[in-house]
Amino acid sequence: MPKDHGIGASPKRREDIRFLTGTGNYTDDINAHGQAYVHFLRSDVAHGKINGVDTAAAAAMPGVVRIFTGADFEGVGGIPCGWQVTDRHGEPMQEPAHPVLAQGKVRHVGDPIAAVVADTYEQARDAAEAIELDIEDLPAVVDMKAAVAEGATKVHDDLNSNLCYDWGFVEENKDAVEEAIQSAAHVTTLELVNNRLIANPMEPRVAIGEYNRATDDSTLYTTSQNPHVIRLLMGAFVLGIPEHKLRVVAPDVGGGFGTKIFHYAEEAFCTFAAKAINRPVKWTSSRSEAFMSDAHGRDHVTKIELALDADNNFTAVRTETYANMGAYLSTFAPSVPTWLHGTLMAGNYKTPVIYVNVKAVFTNTVPVDAYRGAGRPEATFQLERVIDKAARELGVDPIALRRQNFITEFPYATPVAVEYDTGDYHGTMDALEGIADLSGFDARRKASEAKGKLRGLGVNCYIEACGIAPSNLVGQLGARAGLYESATVRVNATGGLVVMTGSHSHGQGHETAFPQVIAEMIGIDESMIEIVHGDTAKSPMGMGTYGSRSLAVGGSAMVRATEKIINKAKKIAAHLMEASEGDIELKDGQFSVAGTDKSVAWGDVTLAAYVPHNYPLEDIEPGLEETAFYDPANFTYPSGAYACEVELDPETGKVTIERFSAADDFGNIVNPMIVDGQVHGGIGQGIGQALMEGCVYDENGQLLSASYMDYAMPRADDVPFYAVDHSSQTPCTHNPLGVKGCGEAGAIGSPPAVVNAVVDAMQSGGHKVDHIDMPASPSRVWAAMNK
Amino acid sequence: MSQVKMTVNGKEMSGDAEGRTLLSQFLRETLNLTGTHVGCDTSQCGACVVHVNGEAVKACTMLALEADGADVATIEGQAAEDGTLNTIQQAFQDHHGLQCGFCTPGMVMSAAALLKENPKPSEAEVRDYLEGNICRCTGYHNIVKAIMAASGQDVSAIAAE
Repeated sequence: MPKDHGIGASPKRREDIRFLTGTGNYTDDINAHGQAYVHFLRSDVAHGKINGVDTAAAAAMPGVVRIFTGADFEGVGGIPCGWQVTDRHGEPMQEPAHPVLAQGKVRHVGDPIAAVVADTYEQARDAAEAIELDIEDLPAVVDMKAAVAEGATKVHDDLNSNLCYDWGFVEENKDAVEEAIQSAAHVTTLELVNNRLIANPMEPRVAIGEYNRATDDSTLYTTSQNPHVIRLLMGAFVLGIPEHKLRVVAPDVGGGFGTKIFHYAEEAFCTFAAKAINRPVKWTSSRSEAFMSDAHGRDHVTKIELALDADNNFTAVRTETYANMGAYLSTFAPSVPTWLHGTLMAGNYKTPVIYVNVKAVFTNTVPVDAYRGAGRPEATFQLERVIDKAARELGVDPIALRRQNFITEFPYATPVAVEYDTGDYHGTMDALEGIADLSGFDARRKASEAKGKLRGLGVNCYIEACGIAPSNLVGQLGARAGLYESATVRVNATGGLVVMTGSHSHGQGHETAFPQVIAEMIGIDESMIEIVHGDTAKSPMGMGTYGSRSLAVGGSAMVRATEKIINKAKKIAAHLMEASEGDIELKDGQFSVAGTDKSVAWGDVTLAAYVPHNYPLEDIEPGLEETAFYDPANFTYPSGAYACEVELDPETGKVTIERFSAADDFGNIVNPMIVDGQVHGGIGQGIGQALMEGCVYDENGQLLSASYMDYAMPRADDVPFYAVDHSSQTPCTHNPLGVKGCGEAGAIGSPPAVVNAVVDAMQSGGHKVDHIDMPASPSRVWAAMNK
Repeated sequence: MSQVKMTVNGKEMSGDAEGRTLLSQFLRETLNLTGTHVGCDTSQCGACVVHVNGEAVKACTMLALEADGADVATIEGQAAEDGTLNTIQQAFQDHHGLQCGFCTPGMVMSAAALLKENPKPSEAEVRDYLEGNICRCTGYHNIVKAIMAASGQDVSAIAAE
């Protein structure tokens, strides 16, 4: 019987009630008294010199309160970057200035030049059209390799070149990898593109700045995955507001997928402008604006080589990647192609030596940063594609080739500096074979062929790293932040609990899943526990939600704080029962004295803590409230095996996903329903990347895919039902819950499965195509088969 | 500015609108019914689907003035007076058919319109009908499942889990 409460149960989500009845509280639903509205005038050229911004006529338009330009932000800090990468030669990356509003030059389509603040949104937009711009077009650099070629136009005149960094990992392995490749029995080489994507959470970004002149307090309401991080970055580096004078609130947030991690110029602007005009300032992004101002994702161009010995054992992997940074460094951009990518290049395999080279490049495009998976999908895609290609070249079964090379002993130290604590890669592959009906594939292929269609099967594995940590290590790697999480557990006199967490929920269901953990620990009903998040005035300093870290890191902080609560409660219970503290047991919400029939209820103890009449005041303080900060000892390493079956219409090149199966190992699972949902969503986005999504710039840096009319995303009829399984569970060894992370797995594991299947389908039709770049759109597939 | 009157969720409501004011904007900003969401500016995402005179409409494709005198239903009016969820809302909760909740109002309103015209839709019919509603969280799996369940179909066998 499945459990009906606590860890492992799937209670219905309590947050659903407000979302299903239109009573959620998203940032755009908030209106501050007397608010003004801002509209940003954005560059329509990719690269240009600003010779003049004439705002006189616009300032005289109805309702205009004030117009700001880059000049208003001289002396104000720029948008900071939160991670410094050190290059192959020990030098720090090149780090350009990133002003809130453009100063001197515009560097991508969408770069904000002026901000019109008016009484209404329409007035602000109308007035922006009356601003006269004198911008001298400069040549744009869009292609990464051209950007780092000799004599290329520089995106930033004060930098040496457009190369942000040239990173080698592990640099000491470089020669050993070269030797292994030279002496290999077989080397498979593949050049591929990991397509540039736009995250497109359904809720566009919104910011509302407020200022209280009487108290000198500033408040920012924003669509963020990590309000404390925004408070720190914006307060300390941009506006110079100390944290006790700055509150950041991220209420209900309509999806993030990474793109709402970062500190954006619009947040700093609204906070700054609210003080400047002494009036709240609200900005709501239009979707078209989101396309040219939300950080993009992926955009890698890679060459990968896989060396094998005569027995098909992997002997080396070498990669060379160009990674697009865009025009400025977004908050965590430098870490994505390096520490979140190179460290995963071993995958699930015991390859003895690996060398990863990454050249990060500035171009006249929107900044690129983490998007669901962030670096790990890029690593997985290239590795799983090159393994598939190697299997075809060698004429061996792709699953057998993977199994032969699986890591089977744990802990396992990879040659790319991480240690996998647990895993069972044969176990997840077995689970996949159990749900994917691979043995029925041949019959299904024949049925497709009878209809004049081609059918392909793609299988792959993935390894992922969640809950990036520990802080002292990531600090050495260049992180300018800690990566702990916090929780305050406040027990009320009548026994209910409020948990203030630094984790942020924007679809993940924390308000439902987190109470399951605490309810299990104390033995009380989940309805007695409330989760508070998303407000720096309420929660202790926290790092927020990204990298599938909430339960593994935030949940662990909550466990630690609850352990402190239980320890103190036991002291109180011991006093009430005149027993020794060591003899007190807590079960089902009752404290009892071991070996006796004496007991007191949870509520009796909590009441005693706040009405301390019969209480050991000489030994312990009244009250029952504890805080814990949890800094993990290691990443967690979820893994899995995925299978995709496609049908391909050779007449049109259209690919249809017929079956998709995912077997994941997430360690222990708190809420299987929510975990399934996370996997479904990740697969949906991964299928989108593989078949449909692609952000396209022309050679002048014009963004061609700038609306939902132009940027294709999966609709309900583009995807099938997915078969998911998480019966293979190897608990994480170093966090108290034994949990891994499940938020990004689907998006990491699915693109190679789809592309492997498309290649398989094409080859089954006799087409000698060994790779197709994503998105494998009908025109691309048709062209590949008909060249 | 003109005055616009309409019946929203059974109540008479009115407010001023410019000629260019969209119905979505009027509902959210003038009537303060913020359950109707705006996710795009090209009438693609469907987060703003409401019913106008019984038909599903993307509220961003209609001017507020065009809805003068109309009978409008929004997500705020779907549950019973005492807060009990309607069949579709309940099925979305039961089958985890929502995550961040932003597309959800439009999904629920589209699903209601579908089940009105096709009380027992097949999986393919549900997927086809939802063409105009984008969800970025769920991969659609549990949304399709929820709508089929709301139509009284047995969904327990859908996909191995």
